Amino acid sequence: MTMTYSQDFLFMENGTSVPLQNIPEMEFSLFRDKILSMMDICRTEAFFALPDGEKGRYDLFIILADAAKKGFLLAKSKVKDSFLSLTSSHASFNRFEREIMEKYPDLKAEAHPNAKPLRFPGKEQETGVMDYFTMQGDAVHEVAVGPVHAGVIEPGHFRFQCMGEKVYSLEISLGYQHRDLENMLVNGPAGAMRHLVETAAGDSSIAASINYSRIMESLCDIKADEEAEKTRQFALELERIANHIGDLGALAGDVAFLPTASFCGRIRGEYLNMTAELCGNRFGRNFVVPGGIRYGVDKEMAQKLLPKVKKVSRELWKALALMFNAPTCLDRFENTGRVSLETAKALGLTGMAARACGIKCDARKDFPVKEVVSAQCVYEEEFPFQPNGDVLSRALLRFYELKKSHEYLFRYLQELQNAPPCREESLPLKKETLALSVTESWRGELCHVAITDEAGRIQLYKIVDPSFHNWEGLAMALRDEEISHFPICNKSFNLSYCGHDL
Amino acid sequence: MCKNMDWIFFALSTAASLLLAPLSIGFINKTKAFFAGRKGVSIFQLYFDIFKLLKKEHIYSSSSTWILRAAPLASLGLLFGAFLFLPQGSFVSPLAFTGDVIFFFYLLGTSRFLTVLAALETGSSFEGMGASREVQFSALAEGTLFAILACLVFRCGEPALTAVLSKNCLQIQSLAFLAPILLVAGAFFLVLLCENCRVPFDDPETHLELTMIHEAMVLDYGGPDLAAIFYGAALKFYLFASFFVMLLMPGEFYGTWQGAVLSVAGVFFVSILTGIVESCMARSRFLKLPQLLTSSAVLAVIAIILQYFFQGGIE
Repeated sequence: MTMTYSQDFLFMENGTSVPLQNIPEMEFSLFRDKILSMMDICRTEAFFALPDGEKGRYDLFIILADAAKKGFLLAKSKVKDSFLSLTSSHASFNRFEREIMEKYPDLKAEAHPNAKPLRFPGKEQETGVMDYFTMQGDAVHEVAVGPVHAGVIEPGHFRFQCMGEKVYSLEISLGYQHRDLENMLVNGPAGAMRHLVETAAGDSSIAASINYSRIMESLCDIKADEEAEKTRQFALELERIANHIGDLGALAGDVAFLPTASFCGRIRGEYLNMTAELCGNRFGRNFVVPGGIRYGVDKEMAQKLLPKVKKVSRELWKALALMFNAPTCLDRFENTGRVSLETAKALGLTGMAARACGIKCDARKDFPVKEVVSAQCVYEEEFPFQPNGDVLSRALLRFYELKKSHEYLFRYLQELQNAPPCREESLPLKKETLALSVTESWRGELCHVAITDEAGRIQLYKIVDPSFHNWEGLAMALRDEEISHFPICNKSFNLSYCGHDL
Repeated sequence: MCKNMDWIFFALSTAASLLLAPLSIGFINKTKAFFAGRKGVSIFQLYFDIFKLLKKEHIYSSSSTWILRAAPLASLGLLFGAFLFLPQGSFVSPLAFTGDVIFFFYLLGTSRFLTVLAALETGSSFEGMGASREVQFSALAEGTLFAILACLVFRCGEPALTAVLSKNCLQIQSLAFLAPILLVAGAFFLVLLCENCRVPFDDPETHLELTMIHEAMVLDYGGPDLAAIFYGAALKFYLFASFFVMLLMPGEFYGTWQGAVLSVAGVFFVSILTGIVESCMARSRFLKLPQLLTSSAVLAVIAIILQYFFQGGIE
């Protein structure tokens, strides 16, 4: 058995906070070795730097997700000017280190194998202008897609190196949506913080506001009551359902299978409208607040929603059966855009994309917040299908997740007594503390970390969107694939541009 | 060669067909909307689109030459030329000559050649990709098409469009005699879907440049040029659909007014059939398309063999 150093890290449960001084500090080379020795059992949840006041001096923080222990391992290390890149030993640090180098130009990850810009912040760099990987040869051709998308979605630039229809390499360059969100969140608590966090990625507003609320709750030592927690979970599952339906419909649309595409488009709207009935916003903004929920849900509302969910879900199963029973659709999805289990582990993929490769990870099960009854995840014992990392696996996974989420919806609506609204209060935050919350958003683990300074103000607010881990997965899915399969591969991941660019 | 009256009838019915062609696309879209549970756009939408586009100005890339500008109209002109050879329902074209059946399909081929040339001329990677795919699949479809023509010419003994589609070679003598024509019709329907960029070969609705075939080639066009391309696509579908309908039309309807009406109604029936096919299946993988086209060629070859045996039997 290989030696691990988990005892050298600080163990932390989801949704809690710890004083900064409790986080063990290590000398960098030890820090690096210990992290790398943990990579067999842990996933990189977050890796970031915090300025130490003096120029070129930083604290590096590592947060590793240890699913077996149902919690997170933390450590930190002081560095000056540069540190030896971890990416060369484990690919999952790639984007984190590029982010650090870009955010703090006076801190360098030495020997980083791919030190290209990530988000092109600042005015001097033009977004998307960099040295792309290119292939040489007579029959080789390069296809550049975006940043303006045919589907009028968010901007991103994709460079394919192809020979005929076959893609040899895909390089994805983002950053067009960069708003410098994390910097807007420091020095709080401020009134706009929750709204900014909710719009980090508009399609996972509820997951983001749950994370934000938990962080604030743990920093202010308050608690949401059980009914409110269940209601948050209910809203989160509604968000998951709406997005999964949208994606399955879009997948059908991309292979020109119109019936399911049209039905799903309409049915997704029905679920968004249910979210709007809870809080007046189709994407659930302003619903979850620190301390509970901003709009109460009573038995009457539950009784009103229950028949709606029953009716719409029946239509949903019919619409999806059309697609999953059509051999022509299955033929397009099967073995398309495969990501192997090894690649998924090496890149630290998360959420749906990782589960579709056969990795059993789901924050709802792995990192439960105490006293929260959450929806079951698909792989509770075994996967109901053979996940092999292709588009079909990602589509089927969504289908089974929809089933599980509906089970939770029905249980919640039948059992709910009364979840009263709560008022948002501004309380002083704990000083020099790190708070962490991870929620399984529909894409995967959404991680928020907040660090307060000696005055109890937010010194750092770190958002790690699941897309941040998963974009590299999409690039790998396209290796040796036909270029015409890019749209369905892209839809099967459906990653966020603004969640990545922040 | 032709009687005067026939000439007038032919002109009238050609004019009617030219006018009705965009409607055939409208029928496809309406059928698809019906299957998707939507109301869908009006069946006259293509007319509105064409009128809208005709009112717009021309915009060309500064790096393009006259080829890009000339291609849409030239390609439409060739399609129009092909139209003049097609017997309209029951009325023989005044331009018909022996061997015109080959001329007919090569007019269509030349029209495609011009579109491909214009696509390559833009220098865009998408258009180049579209052009390469278009040429690959149409080369395969051509094989099937000529196997079909071989069967038809063999059946009626004369390489003329009017003859291969006329009553003489299609009279139902026995069910067995019908078999080759059914096989040929099946093969031709696949060619129709391929040549007109329909599912499972291409997706006319898609906005995704990377998966397009035909659409990718016309990305640089707008305004009146795009109107010409839309109208040309409708015309091409109408051509193939009428060919398909006349292939199957029972012999006794030829040379009658009912036949003329039936051939137009038949085109719209083919539209609905195409709509149903598109609603029931997803688009195929590119790598599987050659297999699909090859199997249609096999159908046509089997038809030739059957025809050979039946003709021997009839004597």
